Amino acid sequence: MLRVESLCKRYGQRVAVDAISFSIEQGETVGLLGPNGAGKTTAISMISGISRPDGGDVSLGGVSVTHNANALKRRVGLVPQDLALYEELSAWANLQLFGGLYGLGGAPLQPRAQAALSLVGLADRSKDRVSTFSGGMKRRLNIAAALLHDPDLILLDEPTVGVDPQSRNAIFDNLEELKRRGKTLLYTTHYMEEAERLCDRVLILDHGRVLANDTVSHFKQQYTNLEAAFMQLTGRALRDGADA
Amino acid sequence: MNATAIGALIRNDIRLYLSDRRAVIVGVLVPILIAAFFGYIFGATGRSEDQGKISIAVVDEDQSNVSRAITADLAADKLLQVSVLDRAVARQQVKGGKQTAAAVFPQGFGEQTTRSLFTGNNKPQIELLVDPSQTTGARVIEGLLAQYSMQEISREAFTGAYGRKALDSYLRQLEQLQPTPLRDDLKALLNDARKLNTQIDSGADAAGGDQRSFGLSIPYSVSSTPVTARDSTPYNSYAHSFAGMAVQFILFAGIDAGVLLLLTRQRGIWQRLRSAPLRRGEFILARALATTLIGLFQITLIYLAAMLLFKVRIEGSWPGLIAVSIALCLLNASFGLMLATLGRSASSTRGLAMMATLLLVMLGGAWVPAFVFPRWLQDASGYLPTRWAVDGLDGATWRGLPFDAAVLPTLLLAGTAAACLLVAIWRFRWEE
Repeated sequence: MLRVESLCKRYGQRVAVDAISFSIEQGETVGLLGPNGAGKTTAISMISGISRPDGGDVSLGGVSVTHNANALKRRVGLVPQDLALYEELSAWANLQLFGGLYGLGGAPLQPRAQAALSLVGLADRSKDRVSTFSGGMKRRLNIAAALLHDPDLILLDEPTVGVDPQSRNAIFDNLEELKRRGKTLLYTTHYMEEAERLCDRVLILDHGRVLANDTVSHFKQQYTNLEAAFMQLTGRALRDGADA
Repeated sequence: MNATAIGALIRNDIRLYLSDRRAVIVGVLVPILIAAFFGYIFGATGRSEDQGKISIAVVDEDQSNVSRAITADLAADKLLQVSVLDRAVARQQVKGGKQTAAAVFPQGFGEQTTRSLFTGNNKPQIELLVDPSQTTGARVIEGLLAQYSMQEISREAFTGAYGRKALDSYLRQLEQLQPTPLRDDLKALLNDARKLNTQIDSGADAAGGDQRSFGLSIPYSVSSTPVTARDSTPYNSYAHSFAGMAVQFILFAGIDAGVLLLLTRQRGIWQRLRSAPLRRGEFILARALATTLIGLFQITLIYLAAMLLFKVRIEGSWPGLIAVSIALCLLNASFGLMLATLGRSASSTRGLAMMATLLLVMLGGAWVPAFVFPRWLQDASGYLPTRWAVDGLDGATWRGLPFDAAVLPTLLLAGTAAACLLVAIWRFRWEE
């Protein structure tokens, strides 16, 4: 379904993403793991059409995202790492805006927004201001906002950052439900146990390159567990630079 | 064109604006309060009794009939608030800003001025101690001093003791000159004046009941008629102050919109906007329309308050007012967008934009009338959009001008808005 071929991105002299290639099948959940600055967010930006690649191509269902971004954006839902919500507005008002960006307004938007809120367990808080929500509730609403246009591919950039275990568990339940519905998920995270629980396959990225691309069960067979594989492949040196 | 997306963005911007009570208060209530203040101090609705008087201290070191009469004349003038003080106190009060100026009549002033009136020599000096921050008031005082001094000195010359003394002295000087026809004529004239003086002093002239009538006075009076929309309509200074403040605070709203856009770029929201199937032009159009609508909301409330609370009336053209308002709000929106595309950080952009806006507003005559500016600055202000906006709004309100008068300001504002929008479109970074 998603094909990434020799994708490159430079910021000045620094190479953020260095000719990465991989593909994801329909209904598959793939984890994109890597230390800070590995190039995960940059790769997600290019796949979602936010950022233009310096080289390579991204295609969805055989159609190039790079050359036909707007048409394909309708098939992709992005859950950004930073909360992409207007805190001063209600959850419903936020969904009205984000649905509207995909051409959904009035009657067609109503059931979709309701369904998205129900999925993330916020149906009873739709009229409340987002600023009154807990961190976990905001993260769940952040996911709901990406589902309104019923995308085939959902890109999740560290969707559980800074939430308590209960909220994280609720988010896992949401993602598992999406997976059951046949959605394709590309998921970046620092948490190995999340990847083990959710992902069919894992890509380990460092210094802008794909170091490994295999199923979770193969990683476990080869390295005991995913964390051991991650540490062995990426090394133990500290990465204090910002994630790119 | 994704009309649903554009509509959603516009609705969202309006919701964000209304959800921020501080922004609404700053954008609507503050301009009303400041306009009320400026309108009041610049004359309100033409009530002269409420206008501030110019304060002047008089130091009378002469204590002659002339100096006392001038002091009385000054005190009777409705423009002045006179205090009779000694020199040290007067100087102190001018220095402290309590008096606009202090006029010092030196010893011998009355006698010397009366003599100088005939000979033109040895003129005494009225020392005027002036507060340099109130030069306009000081000029008014100079004019009134000249008027009342001439009146009282000439009266003294033709009716007072100093006058007789001066005439005798001048006649003695003429006696010593070689006889010529001109000298003889002048002697005859002065003798007649001397005779008149004696007659008035002795009360011999039955018709001369009022000695004041013998002084020279300005041989005309000035009738000042405010030229407003209609003869029966007094000038309402609130109309001008509300125009100025509406322009200023609508431009501030444009800055806020630009800064909000810069801040949005730094948040996750921007990624979500960019990941949506939205074109650059649609995004810019939505932002421009939303900011324009917010500006129109502000200007409507500001003028509603002006009309209901301060009796500002649309004496001119309603369509003219609406056209200028829309053009101003379009300018405000495109100005904000241009700032967002040129600025690097929100804080530096806000600071620079505020400074630029305050300069534009000040030079556009929104705070104080442009006539107090130097000539070159008055000419320069004619090229500023703030001036066009204020002139356009003034024309529709107290000047009572027809729609035709609003066409040029509207076109100039709309043209500037288009130029700002072009810069914004050219410089707007949509791709990362």
